[in-house]
Amino acid sequence: MNFYGVKAIYYFEMSRMRRTLMQSVLSPVISTCLYFVVFGSAIGSRMGDIDNIAYGAYIIPGLVMLSLLMQSISNASFGIYMPKFSGTIYEVLSAPVSYVEVVLGYVGAAATKSVILGLIILVTARLFVDYSILHPFWMLSFLILTAVTFSLFGFIIGIWADGFEKLQIVPMMIVTPLTFLGGTFYSIDMLPEVWQTISFFNPVVYLISGFRWAFYGVSDVHIGISVAMTLLFLTACLAGIWWIFKTGYRLRS
Amino acid sequence: MQPDISVKNLNKVYEGGFQALKNINLDINRGEIFALLGPNGAGKTTMISIICGITNMSSGEVRAAGHDIVKEYRKARSTIGLVPQELNTDSFETVWAAVSFSRGLFGKPPNPAHIEKVLKDLSLWDKRNNRIMTLSGGMKRRLMIAKALSHEPRILFLDEPTAGVDVELRRDMWEMVRKLREDGVTIILTTHYIEEAEEMADRIGVIRQGEIILVEEKSRLMSKLGKKELRLQLQSKLDEIPEELSQEPVELSEDGYELIYTFDSQQEQAGVARLLRTLGDIGVDYRDLRTRESSLEDIFVGLVHEQAKG
Repeated sequence: MNFYGVKAIYYFEMSRMRRTLMQSVLSPVISTCLYFVVFGSAIGSRMGDIDNIAYGAYIIPGLVMLSLLMQSISNASFGIYMPKFSGTIYEVLSAPVSYVEVVLGYVGAAATKSVILGLIILVTARLFVDYSILHPFWMLSFLILTAVTFSLFGFIIGIWADGFEKLQIVPMMIVTPLTFLGGTFYSIDMLPEVWQTISFFNPVVYLISGFRWAFYGVSDVHIGISVAMTLLFLTACLAGIWWIFKTGYRLRS
Repeated sequence: MQPDISVKNLNKVYEGGFQALKNINLDINRGEIFALLGPNGAGKTTMISIICGITNMSSGEVRAAGHDIVKEYRKARSTIGLVPQELNTDSFETVWAAVSFSRGLFGKPPNPAHIEKVLKDLSLWDKRNNRIMTLSGGMKRRLMIAKALSHEPRILFLDEPTAGVDVELRRDMWEMVRKLREDGVTIILTTHYIEEAEEMADRIGVIRQGEIILVEEKSRLMSKLGKKELRLQLQSKLDEIPEELSQEPVELSEDGYELIYTFDSQQEQAGVARLLRTLGDIGVDYRDLRTRESSLEDIFVGLVHEQAKG
């Protein structure tokens, strides 16, 4: 195991977070706080409870998940795309690091950043909305599992992308709509039956549902199914990365 | 002695079907400076990229410091440092951070004393806390070398290391390369500046259209393929080459005031003496004469053109 190699990549990526604190941390925290202010404090006070939970508190897990997904994808995709774009990828490819070590470095850093951000958002949310966490261990586990899974997904996007536009397409055009339609602002039960059925094809439903269960003990689907679906997606991402490194897709000619 | 780089039957065919390397066989010895020359697109960078692990080979076997670059890639790669052709750097990092990153990436524990030495040797010490984007082109080139040397490689690839740098910096780099060789580092150099190869290399390899067409010690190459030229400034104009010189390798300049005699550098001066005697016998006077030995560049151009015609 090239421990120093993993550490070098990890710290290099983390130092980018420190350099771009405004963009990496403050910007997503502020935009999520705006949701808390508008939907939590302002409109939320006029909305009815859902599953006996105040509306402002009900939307917190979904909003944290929204930031977590977007930032995990963005951090990991940007992390691997930039060396490709600038040409510095030659150094990683010529170094005595295995594929697993490369992924550990890049994805580890991206997931760490996302988890830190998720926790900052949770702490900040407390300033606007009163909420509790019923299962803190499971909340943290779900946070980490989701951050790792979507960082892996972001890593794949970063390898696949051959321009900045492609880097943005998946998070903006796919992940954001899926998150908004995945029960961030409502319970799936509130939808007509046909839309409920359609919603269960949306993987983000399982993430938000599981995360909300860790907070309040209520969920749209059983927690076991949520964990299983997340692990399934994690496995699919790992398989994708294994294939990328095996074939050298967009890395080695 | 086991070669530091051993390339056997190496082939590279790109996806589109273009064959960039054709059955390359090459050994590079420990501690030598090997210059790989070839026109643009000849396959120099492809070969280096394969040895360093950046590009996959289609077939063949490559060993670095005795280690197979595929099966024992960790051991092989940890012995190699690469200075690529392009100035690919992370603009926002500091010099110190970038060089330290390279050392870590190659599996070496932090060693500030070594990084300091490398930066001082390359006159980058004063810039260690500067962001890379603030460096000049020449300094960025030095930084690329510092990154490649950060993990104390036994083999160093320099792909066009002095492209776009001024004469003074080029001389500094030559000096640095010589010092590295004295420390036992094997250096493989590709360059467009043939004088660079002439100045530094122990052996020369010429690659053309993906094939190695020649590998020779520089001194032997120069004497084997080098030509000498004797130019005689005539007192009076000649309209044509005299009959008595028709069997000699002599040319007449366009203005008719200069006779040019070309001969192999190994042939010594026997032909020159005969030529001068003949000129005296037939009454052709000359007021000045000078000789010129062909450079490596002349030999290289000759070789490449010869092969192209053949």
